[in-house]
Amino acid sequence: MAVLVIADHDATHVRDTTHKTVTAALALSPDVDVLVVGQGSKGVADAAARIAGVRKVLLAESGELGHTLAEAVTATVVPLMVGYDAVLSPATMDGKNFMPRIAARLDVAPISDIVEVVSGDTFIRPIYAGNALETVQSSDGKKVITVRPTAFTPADEGGSASVETVTGTDAGKAGFVGEELVKSDRPELGAAKIVVSGGRALGSAEEFHAVIEPLADRLGAAVGASRAAVDAGYAPNDYQVGQTGKVVAPGLYIAVGISGAIQHLAGMKDSKVIVAINKDADAPIFQVADYGIVGDYKTIVPELMAALG
Amino acid sequence: MKVLVPVKRVIDYNVKARVKADQTGVDLANVKMSMNPFDEIAVEEAVRLKEGKEHHAAGTVDEIVVVSIGVQQAQETIRTALAMGADRGILIQSDADLEPLAVAKLLAAVVAEEKPDLVLMGKQSIDGDNNAVGQMLAALLDWPQATFAAKIEIADGRATVTREVDGGNQTLSAALPAVITVDLRLNTPRYASLPNIMKAKKKEIAMKAVADYGVDTASRLTVLKVTAPPVRSAGIKVADAAELVSKLKTVGAL
Repeated sequence: MAVLVIADHDATHVRDTTHKTVTAALALSPDVDVLVVGQGSKGVADAAARIAGVRKVLLAESGELGHTLAEAVTATVVPLMVGYDAVLSPATMDGKNFMPRIAARLDVAPISDIVEVVSGDTFIRPIYAGNALETVQSSDGKKVITVRPTAFTPADEGGSASVETVTGTDAGKAGFVGEELVKSDRPELGAAKIVVSGGRALGSAEEFHAVIEPLADRLGAAVGASRAAVDAGYAPNDYQVGQTGKVVAPGLYIAVGISGAIQHLAGMKDSKVIVAINKDADAPIFQVADYGIVGDYKTIVPELMAALG
Repeated sequence: MKVLVPVKRVIDYNVKARVKADQTGVDLANVKMSMNPFDEIAVEEAVRLKEGKEHHAAGTVDEIVVVSIGVQQAQETIRTALAMGADRGILIQSDADLEPLAVAKLLAAVVAEEKPDLVLMGKQSIDGDNNAVGQMLAALLDWPQATFAAKIEIADGRATVTREVDGGNQTLSAALPAVITVDLRLNTPRYASLPNIMKAKKKEIAMKAVADYGVDTASRLTVLKVTAPPVRSAGIKVADAAELVSKLKTVGAL
């Protein structure tokens, strides 16, 4: 059995999510290859080749692949699948975009967002906003799987795989127009060891910046937000933690002014330690919090900053 | 132009799903069901395209067809969409909980029959959380896809779509026909007014069976069991920030 992992990268660096997906792939088979699709991504391929356990790295480059458009990625991956029994990608927005398209082209049922590999054909995945875990067995000859990165430890460095060039295909179906990426010097939300999140109680974008960001910076944490805070415009949408935003599982998650709706809990309840700061003692967030303080964030956050020294 | 909007009847988003004791699934008996929230956003956008509201040119869309695949009661979900402003409905009855691949194949058959210029649908259903049907439908039709749409502009036979991606937004342009899946930020769905709910009762819903479409809907995945996630042990309330910091240091979180 041979497994292909589609690398997650930013054209210069391979992301940690790729290492975690390699761990899931190695649970399926010792024969794991990594595919890097992109433009000007030789450095990424070289970095992927250093992930322990990787057999070889395939590098596919062309103009449209630089933006990982689903049509181009699918046209590139599907012909390669002749040589593989499974293809895995992290369940990032990119992976969620192109993996089902690849699955339909291969006429197989995709398996989304797995949190555990039980065997070569059986996997565990959350459903109903994480309120249930489904164990599914696939009868398809080829498996198409997205992996929840927070559920797997990253594969080590120390490999020395070869890098081969393969043909990248531009399907010509959709065109890239532009992008606006949020610039941040903070750790990436999905990979951060500490996350500080703000909710609707912050009341304004100014307050969000003034309260949440200094606390996050003091802790070297990433900044997250509830859907309510994002909908109200307090934070950009890629800060959203939850069922339909990002799923995080840091060592420490601090929820400030977040009530703890089902959809939010789906994105953070696997954090190691959860702290809630909320003035409503009955807020559902306290049911999952390891440590809670009932009170106004306006007094507690400054006290917390002081206590941190 | 004509828009097809697939909608799904799911557990209401405010209800906390409970796993059955025999581990065969989630208990849906006597649970409130509603239209999948993302599908409401898709219906709303289709209606705005028809009304020419906001940045949409008047008459961009002249017909909205809503399709659902599911149990008899999914008619109610279709009626909700009709009351929001869709023109007619199609219900493909199925008591089986079909997988995304089967749903995509049935929708592809509906597209072949209805020949819409655009399929607008939710990015994921909040029960299966697969986030797959739209992408699979686009693949089966060999149409371009624009997933996780936060803004849609239709002009000159093309869709320009701003998508929510990790790290920000990305804008794509695709020639129609295309499949667009919608994200939370696209719009705020309207509530159906009472007169519109009454009018919706007169709109047509075509009743179909899975067998009418002659597609293979066999399951590829077998659900071996459904279990409840591990329960977090109860936490404690601390008096102040100083106590919190000392606790966090003790457990090694700081």
